[in-house]
Amino acid sequence: MSASLPLAPAAPAAPGFWRRALRHRSFVLGGVLTLLLVFAAALSYVWTPWPINDMDMAAKLQGPSSAHWLGTDAFGRDVASLLLVGARASILVGVIAVGIGLVVGTALGLLASARRGWVEEAIMRLSDFSLAFPAILSAIMLTAAFGPGIVNAIVAIGIYNIPTFARITRASANAIWSREYVAAARACGKGPLAITLQHVLPNISAVLVVQSTIRFAIAILAEAALSYLGLGTQPPQPSWGRMLSEAQTLMFQQPLLAVWPGMAIALAVLGLNLLGDGLRDLLDPRLARAR
Amino acid sequence: MALLEVNGLRIRLQTPRGPAEAVRGIGFSLERGQTLGIVGESGCGKSLTVQSLMGLLPSTAQVTGSIRFDGQELVGLPERAMCSIRGNRIGMVFQEPMTALNPLHTIARQVGEPLRLHRGLSRAAARQEALALLERVGIPDAASRLDAYPHQFSGGQRQRIGIAMALACGPDLLIADEPTTALDVTVQKQILELIQGLVAERGMALILISHDLGVIAQNVSRMLVMYGGSVVESGPTAAVFAARAHPYTRGLFAARPALGAPRGTRLATIAGSVPELVDLPPGCPFAGRCRYTVEACHSTAPPATLLPHGHVVRCLRLDDIGVEVAAA
Repeated sequence: MSASLPLAPAAPAAPGFWRRALRHRSFVLGGVLTLLLVFAAALSYVWTPWPINDMDMAAKLQGPSSAHWLGTDAFGRDVASLLLVGARASILVGVIAVGIGLVVGTALGLLASARRGWVEEAIMRLSDFSLAFPAILSAIMLTAAFGPGIVNAIVAIGIYNIPTFARITRASANAIWSREYVAAARACGKGPLAITLQHVLPNISAVLVVQSTIRFAIAILAEAALSYLGLGTQPPQPSWGRMLSEAQTLMFQQPLLAVWPGMAIALAVLGLNLLGDGLRDLLDPRLARAR
Repeated sequence: MALLEVNGLRIRLQTPRGPAEAVRGIGFSLERGQTLGIVGESGCGKSLTVQSLMGLLPSTAQVTGSIRFDGQELVGLPERAMCSIRGNRIGMVFQEPMTALNPLHTIARQVGEPLRLHRGLSRAAARQEALALLERVGIPDAASRLDAYPHQFSGGQRQRIGIAMALACGPDLLIADEPTTALDVTVQKQILELIQGLVAERGMALILISHDLGVIAQNVSRMLVMYGGSVVESGPTAAVFAARAHPYTRGLFAARPALGAPRGTRLATIAGSVPELVDLPPGCPFAGRCRYTVEACHSTAPPATLLPHGHVVRCLRLDDIGVEVAAA
């Protein structure tokens, strides 16, 4: 009987994860950009071209030169050094704020989707409620209660991320719950927890990865907004967001001041997006041989 | 004692248009080694019936009546206890082999899963068992394909993998819900032969759902014809095929395409469409579409009439319309 079966071509031995990864263009590019970001932050602990608090009012608002590679800001500080140190705050905000949203939000979304009924209603209405609050307002409330600073800014942004992740998780998880392989898993006698962890979560991870990279970018910008209001990173600690908002007022004197942190944010976000895309492809067996 | 005994099973669903009784008081029993087919068109309640056996109905569905499996009452059984029966004592094969496997898990893992779950097997032991199962269901070169993913198999092969999964724990009852609907005709035949062979070899009971009378004729010894949530006719397959009693069954048989019919022959159809379950009349569910309908059909639920060979039909007008004997 088996002789007459339509034989699918035997799967070639799948090359190892790293070999496939190195052949994946966007994964490599994203990885390089992300490593660069981490490297910049790490480097700033041991070396910067200039001390970041070194003000040289005689040399303020300069363009790039051999002494100041990326020029100087309104206080005559070296922009290249500020960018390196600012990477720390950006990584911190991005990783922790997205982490809070991802972990708590995904857990809530999965719970809502697995239990349905009033649990789902309660979680979703609660997240609707918190989405209705302007993010800035809740951040101001939080910092008013606990004092301004980078940690509270991160927590505020993280809390703001929770309902977003909860909604996305629930919507995609509901779609997975109605798949036949979930019915098959239930028919095998698996409980809701096992199904959630083994079937639902892996199948929505692509959505979560992509969403995380987007949220990472938004978190960096949110930190800028909070710093602008004096609620985020406190001077003299630099952050890319604060550099960007300070450059706003100097647009006509020295437009390059806005370009550098803007470019840094754009590259970091691009890198993470590419990395996320690449990861999604590499982790999906259906796409393993596609690229 | 029968392996499976279903009595007065009713399933009430919540629909946007109000509660609907999708299955209204059906009953049947099944011994080990016996095979039962359920035929009927979409929405007649056949899938809901088997889902209730597995406890897979949505939580808003209300099930009443009795389902006794090996002496144990399944209606109202807590989820935890149900979990130890599903996949262990009752296996299920699904309609869509394309979506019934998790695309992210290797087939060794999926087939071995029930064994790890119910038998507490180690990963390696489950893998060994999975290999044996996959070889039994006819996956060519199974040993080298254990770590392949579902997308690397054809539809027929995926259905074989689904069968291997359902069989993993050696269930007493196998439920196949239209297992071949999504497959090519040639593959259909192979899959049905495989299921039949396995049922005979393991002495399982089989419930096969289909809307294909040919599939029913060749694969099961007894059959139920369902319409509008009720069993309108039941009995040994041979007896029902030889003497079609219920007008609905006759309609189903008349609607089959015949090989060798003259060119241009149009297929017979059953007039009207399936009634809405929400506002089904108290009488015979087929009353609106049946050409033998009289006034009483709408108001009186038809009693069961016993014909020769354990063949049962529910029709008020049986005495007037007789049975339709199959042309030899």
